Amino acid sequence: MFDLTGKRALVTGASGGIGRSIALALAEQGATVALSGTNQERLAQTAEAIKGESHTLTCNLADRDAVEALVPAAMEAMGGIDILVNNAGLTRDNIFIRLKDEDWDTVIEVNLTAAFKLSRAATKAMLRQRWGRIIQITSVVAVDGNGGQGNYAASKAGLIGMSKSLAKEVATRGITVNSIAPGFITSAMTDMLNDKQRQVILDDIPMARLGTPEEIAAAAVYLSSQEAAYVTGQTLHVNGGAVLV
Amino acid sequence: MSDIADRVRKIVVEHLNVEADKVTEKASFIDDLGADSLDQVELVMAFEEEFNVEIPDDAAESIQTFGDAVSFLEKAVN
Repeated sequence: MFDLTGKRALVTGASGGIGRSIALALAEQGATVALSGTNQERLAQTAEAIKGESHTLTCNLADRDAVEALVPAAMEAMGGIDILVNNAGLTRDNIFIRLKDEDWDTVIEVNLTAAFKLSRAATKAMLRQRWGRIIQITSVVAVDGNGGQGNYAASKAGLIGMSKSLAKEVATRGITVNSIAPGFITSAMTDMLNDKQRQVILDDIPMARLGTPEEIAAAAVYLSSQEAAYVTGQTLHVNGGAVLV
Repeated sequence: MSDIADRVRKIVVEHLNVEADKVTEKASFIDDLGADSLDQVELVMAFEEEFNVEIPDDAAESIQTFGDAVSFLEKAVN
């Protein structure tokens, strides 16, 4: 099950956390992976942990020209593209009335617009081969909201709407488009929480623990697989039961 | 009948699963041959591959009929 031998995957935000785990998991199932991120050193560290074929592609997703060049570069490196995981994302949190225009713009640009452009470029290649998997890493806050994250939640909800629309367009072409919505996952971001903040979060999670990047990666492996061919336009929530939709 | 027209017709017949005699010069891919807008994009991509040319988006949008495709490609290839 879930064999990805011969598949070629581009993962954005592969330098750390969830993106790194996704890249490792796809590679473990046999996929060739192209790792994209801003930090070449950390990309190289991820690449070192991969036994099979991998490539590193430094790319700043806030740079529109760099975004346009990424899928072609990945296709050149791997000889094509079968799986795209739009994982890269950033936050610029503030309460709504203090949210600056530039913090809104940056978050939408990197989290949503870059994902749109990469999905568009990948779809074109996938249409030709009549097979493709596009996965957006969204967030529980896309459906549940979160005070202080109006921009981030908007970008993540945008990904879901975008994916559903693209999923309908390309459904007859062997291409599926799905989203994964992680809840609270252990990361550099959650490591910075103090005990009280952590307890407040855990009180709202029926499983009373944070998730792991590997648990998100497992969802990505499933959605990338041939076995998930009949699943499209969906949002797979991996959140320990914190939000049930 | 030009060689180019034959090759274009073959692609249209295969892609849209229509009878060859329905693919007349005035036949509109969408109105007469049952294509949806994504089929139309894919036809253009198939033409690009078959004739090894690049068809820019604005030109692609003007290719509505079999005749449009043939005349565009005759110019592009020659």
